[in-house]
Amino acid sequence: MEYIKAFIVGGAICVIGQILIDKTKLMSGRILVLFVVLGAVLHGIGLYEPLVNFAGAGATVPLPGFGYSLAKGAMEEVDKMGLKGAFTGGIKSTAAGITAAIVFAYLAALIFNPKAKD
Amino acid sequence: MSQIQDMKKEYSKMVEELSPKSNLLRDSARAFWVGGLICAIGQLITNIIKSFGYNHDEASMLTTIILVFLGIILTGLDIYDSLGKYAGAGTVVPITGFANSIVSPAIEYKKEGYVFGVGAKMFTIAGPVLVYGTIASVAVGIVHYFFK
Repeated sequence: MEYIKAFIVGGAICVIGQILIDKTKLMSGRILVLFVVLGAVLHGIGLYEPLVNFAGAGATVPLPGFGYSLAKGAMEEVDKMGLKGAFTGGIKSTAAGITAAIVFAYLAALIFNPKAKD
Repeated sequence: MSQIQDMKKEYSKMVEELSPKSNLLRDSARAFWVGGLICAIGQLITNIIKSFGYNHDEASMLTTIILVFLGIILTGLDIYDSLGKYAGAGTVVPITGFANSIVSPAIEYKKEGYVFGVGAKMFTIAGPVLVYGTIASVAVGIVHYFFK
């Protein structure tokens, strides 16, 4: 059941992205920006956490989940250490993903070569 | 002025007629099942990690690292982009797509050097995502401080 929920909610978030790509001519980069900010704002007003509780990875794996993670970290740090937490919590809670992406991408750039244009 | 407006209208009409018709229903179905599948795999990874005794937060963090790793390896092997041609947003929106957006230009601009090629171009798409994501998180944190 868990997997079905993750599949359906995650798939639905991707469909929203697909509709934006097809209907608005937004580049995929802009959609990623939009989704991250949307996830952060939705968590700020308390709407994303219920979705995470319902769908698990279906809500955390798509990019709004990255925004959710950023906002969640900032809010938790604010609770712990006051206003300065707003400046530390976001990146702290997403450090693993960002660092992994930078390190693995760098290693991949060392190993792989660009494919020939067809 | 109105002549320019007319020309612009005509031009966008021409573009619309010439660009390939995208089939929204078909594109959405593809994005749905591929994107959904990536999330279900994420759930599977999380559950496997939890079964080794890690708590929920640790498991989510490790899942993110593993998915980022998979996205990057599959991009390097030229599999992820082929999948992307089929699945569209189904491969763009998951965290694996974020990883893809970092590693693709890193490999592509390797010939421009390791500092201004790989090091700088990595963030062509990830840069804006991190800038706006970070600003949003700070804003949410500040609002939370005053209105909790």
